[in-house]
Amino acid sequence: MSAKTVNHRAWWLVLPVVLLVGFNAVVPLMTVVNYSVQETFGNNRFFFEGVKWFSEVVHSARFHDSLKRQLIFTAIILAIEIPLGVAIALAMPRKGFWSSVCLVLMSMPLLIPWNVVGAMWNIFALPDIGLLGWTLNKLGLDYNYTRQPFAAWATLIAMDVWHWTSLVALLAYAGLSAIPDAYYQAAKIDGASGWAVFRHVQLPKLKHVLTIAVLLRFMDSFMIYTEPVVLTGGGPGNATTLLSIDLVKIALGQFDLGPAAAMSLIYFLIILLLSWLFYRVMTLGEEG
Amino acid sequence: MAKIRLEQLRHSYLAKPAREADWALKQVDLQWNDGGAYALLGPSGCGKTTLLNIVSGLLRPTTGRIRFGDEDVTDSPPDRRNIAQVFQFPVVYDTMSVYDNLAFPLRNRGVPEAQVDSRVREIAALLDLEAMLPQRAAGLTADGKQKISLGRGLVRSDVNVIMFDEPLTVIDPHLKWRLRSQLKELHQRIGMTMIYVTHDQTEAMTFADRVVVMHEGTVVQVGTPVELFERPRHTFVGHFIGSPGMNILPCEVEHGVARFAGLPVPTFNSSSGAAAGSRTEIGVRPEFVRFADQGIPVRVVRVADAGRHQIVETRHGDAVIRVLLDEHDPVPQYQAHLGFDPAFTHLYVDGWLAGEAP
Repeated sequence: MSAKTVNHRAWWLVLPVVLLVGFNAVVPLMTVVNYSVQETFGNNRFFFEGVKWFSEVVHSARFHDSLKRQLIFTAIILAIEIPLGVAIALAMPRKGFWSSVCLVLMSMPLLIPWNVVGAMWNIFALPDIGLLGWTLNKLGLDYNYTRQPFAAWATLIAMDVWHWTSLVALLAYAGLSAIPDAYYQAAKIDGASGWAVFRHVQLPKLKHVLTIAVLLRFMDSFMIYTEPVVLTGGGPGNATTLLSIDLVKIALGQFDLGPAAAMSLIYFLIILLLSWLFYRVMTLGEEG
Repeated sequence: MAKIRLEQLRHSYLAKPAREADWALKQVDLQWNDGGAYALLGPSGCGKTTLLNIVSGLLRPTTGRIRFGDEDVTDSPPDRRNIAQVFQFPVVYDTMSVYDNLAFPLRNRGVPEAQVDSRVREIAALLDLEAMLPQRAAGLTADGKQKISLGRGLVRSDVNVIMFDEPLTVIDPHLKWRLRSQLKELHQRIGMTMIYVTHDQTEAMTFADRVVVMHEGTVVQVGTPVELFERPRHTFVGHFIGSPGMNILPCEVEHGVARFAGLPVPTFNSSSGAAAGSRTEIGVRPEFVRFADQGIPVRVVRVADAGRHQIVETRHGDAVIRVLLDEHDPVPQYQAHLGFDPAFTHLYVDGWLAGEAP
């Protein structure tokens, strides 16, 4: 092997991207870091406060409640959307006209803007005039998502499942389509049952796309804002106030920049940590 | 274990085949004896994989029957036919160990675990996989994975036939030889019927006792490697097998005798009643052509050195005639004459060996 030529001028070539990332990611993030350690008064006067805001957020019951709601929400939608998406992908036809029809239908919810999804469900679920709410009440169920926390949660989850299960299904469908026929033929010859084919052929081959699906759905659902805000506005009371809604209330409603900044950073770190954990668990035993 | 009989098989991938070209298999009648080593040889698209999948039950033929022994299995699914198949690309269950892979077909059939264990160990010993049993199958090399695929077929004691669909495609060249001879050895030891699909004549000839040559959806010849070489029943067999392939020369037939270049050419067979308008050709392998003092006048065009042989390309008019000479044989310059060995010179009518049309 020949010795490597070292030429430090090559660093200039990465300068544009460093600047770009610097201005659109690092600088705003540092601003937030800056706010998080200071007390802000009018006329742009700032006083250094150290970790005061962090400790306030970490010990605040309000933050704990939003975080708990957020974790429950994400856990529920992952528990529904991942298996449901895989089941839909398994049921979809593999080729021909109907597979195209299915693919188009499945993509529809993904193409609708988030606030429109919220507005649609808001009206759809209204107890007096919405098709869903009206039907449920006519069926004898006492359903009013603007007053009952449980109804609000159920509607919120139904909306998210409606909106995002397609994504999981499409990813799983792509993964399934990539499995060569020989695997199914071999399994047939080996006398494998339908469940054994799923367990030993399809599921292992879907592992990578499912890792992606879980990560995407985890991150997106953990940051969800628009749809619940339009649907319930975080209510009734604080029943559906998820982390991002709470954050906006503190930052823009109350204009508490310090605590809001500290909360943003904690929020960010939680997502980072949980994503890393998911990734580690799902790729366990891959290397070597 | 049983004799396999294919009776008047036809298959089309189209719902309503109209033209002759719509049939992937035009008409196949074959018999495979119990314990034989067979090869299905032909170029891509000749229908050999279709035929294999029909035997294994992955495809149902459009018409015709398949019998294993006395039993008609045409409508039986693959797992009821007691067949095993090794695919072009190794199929292993990634998440399982080598042991579990081998045990899988038995466990699916509800075989007691003690029996599974003894059978798996026996087959692992047979295939030199013992040391790898606890390993994860995903970590093995391509040839190791192919051995597992084979092993999953062998563990079952009720298997009628093992089929190989171009199993060496993804194996490194230096391992191909080894794996192929191991297969041959295995066949001699366990005496199970094996059908080996390939487009590689060397693989077919070295593995099989009898080779089935396919061309455009029909079986053109079934024979031992020597028969295919010495008595090709169809011009396709002549030029597909052998390197270089057979010389095929358009000729006239007068009073049952072939004439080429205005000269009578004595042939092994003769055509008594070749219908007018049919295509007549002489076929002779380069091995059976020699330079002579008189005979068919040719020009020597080029000489290719093939190691222990030289391939001499000559021309008479537009017709190319190749001659195979030993390494040190003298090659005439420019003009020469050729003679054909009459015992291995054949007359073909419309592609088929005269007097032997199907």
